[in-house]
Amino acid sequence: MKEKILTNVRIIDPSQKMDEIGNIVIDEKGKIKSIGKKSGTSKSAEKIDLKGLVAIPGLVDMKAFVGEPGFEYKENFRTLSQAALAGGVTSIVTMPNTKPVIDNVSMVDFIIRRGRDKAKVNLFPCASITRQMEGNQMTEFGLLKARGIIGFSDVNKTIQNSELMSRIMNYASDIDVLIMQHPEDYELAKNSCINQGEVATRLGLQGVSDIAEKIIIERDLSLLSEFPCRYHINQISSKNSLNVIKKNKSNGIKFSTGVSINNLSLNQNDIGEFRTFLKLSPPLRSEEDRLSLIEGIKNDLINVIVSDHIPEDEESKRLPFAQAATGSIGIETLLSLSLELYHNESLPLEKIIKCLTINPAKILKIDKGSLKEGSDADICIFDLEKPWVVKAEELKSKSKNTAIENRKLQGKVKMTLLQGEVVYSN
Amino acid sequence: MATEKKVTAIKNTPKHLLGIQNLSVLEAKEILNEAKSFIKLNRGSSKKLDVLRGKTQINLFFEPSTRTQSSFDLAGKRLGADVMTINMGNSALKKGETLIDTAMTLNAMHPDIIVIRHQDSGAPNLLSQKVNCTVINAGDGRREHPTQALLDALTIINRKGNIEGLKIAICGDILHSRVARSNIYLMNMLGAEVNVIAPKTLMPKGIDNLGVRSFTDMKKGLDGCDIVMMLRLQNERMQGSFLPSKREYYEFFGLTPEKLKFAKKDALLMHPGPMNRGVEIDTKLADDINVSLVKEQVELGVAVRMACLKLYCK
Repeated sequence: MKEKILTNVRIIDPSQKMDEIGNIVIDEKGKIKSIGKKSGTSKSAEKIDLKGLVAIPGLVDMKAFVGEPGFEYKENFRTLSQAALAGGVTSIVTMPNTKPVIDNVSMVDFIIRRGRDKAKVNLFPCASITRQMEGNQMTEFGLLKARGIIGFSDVNKTIQNSELMSRIMNYASDIDVLIMQHPEDYELAKNSCINQGEVATRLGLQGVSDIAEKIIIERDLSLLSEFPCRYHINQISSKNSLNVIKKNKSNGIKFSTGVSINNLSLNQNDIGEFRTFLKLSPPLRSEEDRLSLIEGIKNDLINVIVSDHIPEDEESKRLPFAQAATGSIGIETLLSLSLELYHNESLPLEKIIKCLTINPAKILKIDKGSLKEGSDADICIFDLEKPWVVKAEELKSKSKNTAIENRKLQGKVKMTLLQGEVVYSN
Repeated sequence: MATEKKVTAIKNTPKHLLGIQNLSVLEAKEILNEAKSFIKLNRGSSKKLDVLRGKTQINLFFEPSTRTQSSFDLAGKRLGADVMTINMGNSALKKGETLIDTAMTLNAMHPDIIVIRHQDSGAPNLLSQKVNCTVINAGDGRREHPTQALLDALTIINRKGNIEGLKIAICGDILHSRVARSNIYLMNMLGAEVNVIAPKTLMPKGIDNLGVRSFTDMKKGLDGCDIVMMLRLQNERMQGSFLPSKREYYEFFGLTPEKLKFAKKDALLMHPGPMNRGVEIDTKLADDINVSLVKEQVELGVAVRMACLKLYCK
């Protein structure tokens, strides 16, 4: 590869507290050679002028579902990677709730090989915390980690058994693995498909109180004080949960927290008359909850924004609300929808980018999410102001279940580089 | 009244009757006025009209029902429509057929009206997006049962002359009740004041935002009420531990002659049926023709459904 130089670009890289207009020089190996306003030029290099655009580290999405194996009709490595790159995402943590479940070493080898052949992004596979995600017996954390598993998650399922959870934490602490919990008490959430409250009452749907989420977070953080391990709360959705997190952080408990962009940008009223694409887990809650989550990011109580990309085919969504599948796609719109929070003055730009790049990279302990000299030139270049309208059929995912169809957004990805190669541009 | 009748609120506007929430006051009143004319017809010896001659009505029932189904059946037939009733039970679900597939199949037979009862809230809304005939909701999940509320309104109007200014109590399992929800919307719309009374475990969250006052005490909730609507308490509720026992429920929330005294002297009693005698209602009270409107509700149900079929079927 020839040396490349990106010129006149506004570089925002929270990992080195950089926000300035300058150049990025990429060497022949696809690494950052120099960056910033003082970065030099070289005559032999291929020059790309990016005046008026913004360059940030390629996004790290900590929660996405790839349909392989078992659900290839919903998404596959190729379509997921196309969608990701079109959204400026260069590193993806994939979920293990495939068919079969990623809960043993042979499955890991399969997905790593398959991902390498078919995808053009950095893939970081998760394995399940328990076998078959049944919540009974822990998987082989040590062996799985050695084969390349980045972390452990039962995705949309929760370890209900407190004794098991304490053992998982105890065991995990010794071998330094990341445990990611989806906090939801099964009994409290039974048959529910929407937040409890007026909207649920009007639609006649079984609602779930935010206590179902809070109670597991409280339990886990109690256990964590006894068995400190690398613990991450996948997604939270309510003000109540945030209060628990705040209390525990001030008590010195160490853990990290994520939130889905959906819970930051939408609330339960958006469900309207049974829009199943907005049936999510955790559910969309009240406007008060949404605003508190934004505050949570401001105060560093929430560290990561994820897409919670869940592709679902039309058939699983064209059902009465209670029967319809849960989840929405979002990897391609993750950045644009996050930028809405900047444009409507909810959050500073630097904070948003931090939650999409260096923060998840640090939690995962991966060498991504930064444009420091010597790191891989995984770069997302976008136009901060460009207006556009989300049209499901134009999205690259195999499934078209976006929660934000027809939403008017501002800010769009122009170009994505992976290890110095332009892998997407429009 | 005569001038009001001329305003045709329904004909050019919504094609479907999915819930009271989607109705305007004008539309609700038009249905009630139309229904009045059918009361007499239904009491006469010749009950048949040909308003819907040549039209096909399909009753699609995914949940068992006696009175609503037979009421729609009769209503269609009395208007001259060809009526077919399909009881889906669980058979279609077992075969793996989705609601949409069933709808498309039936739609291909060119019905003019589909009357649907389904255990999932929002099923009629989904159906209405996929077929090109009128859809009438005969009860979906715990969301709405619009024709029940309309027949309740007609029954009250028939006795009291008007709904405006009345105080109405709805008592029982509000959480799981579509009848309660539709009645809350309709009675509010027609100018009544609505109280809901239930044990806390059977009271939905956010109910106060629907324009009612909620009570857990029959004495306070029934105070000054003109109408007392009792709801059926389903047996499953005991298993879900919503309540400790039937006995305890009856003690605090069962309607007895003593508790009825908390309401106005001339208060009337309603129940959408079927009744659980000795659980939510005292058996003698249920049969007391001076107080109970239960039989009238069933009778006027046919008239209301005739009005809906006529007005919504083009």
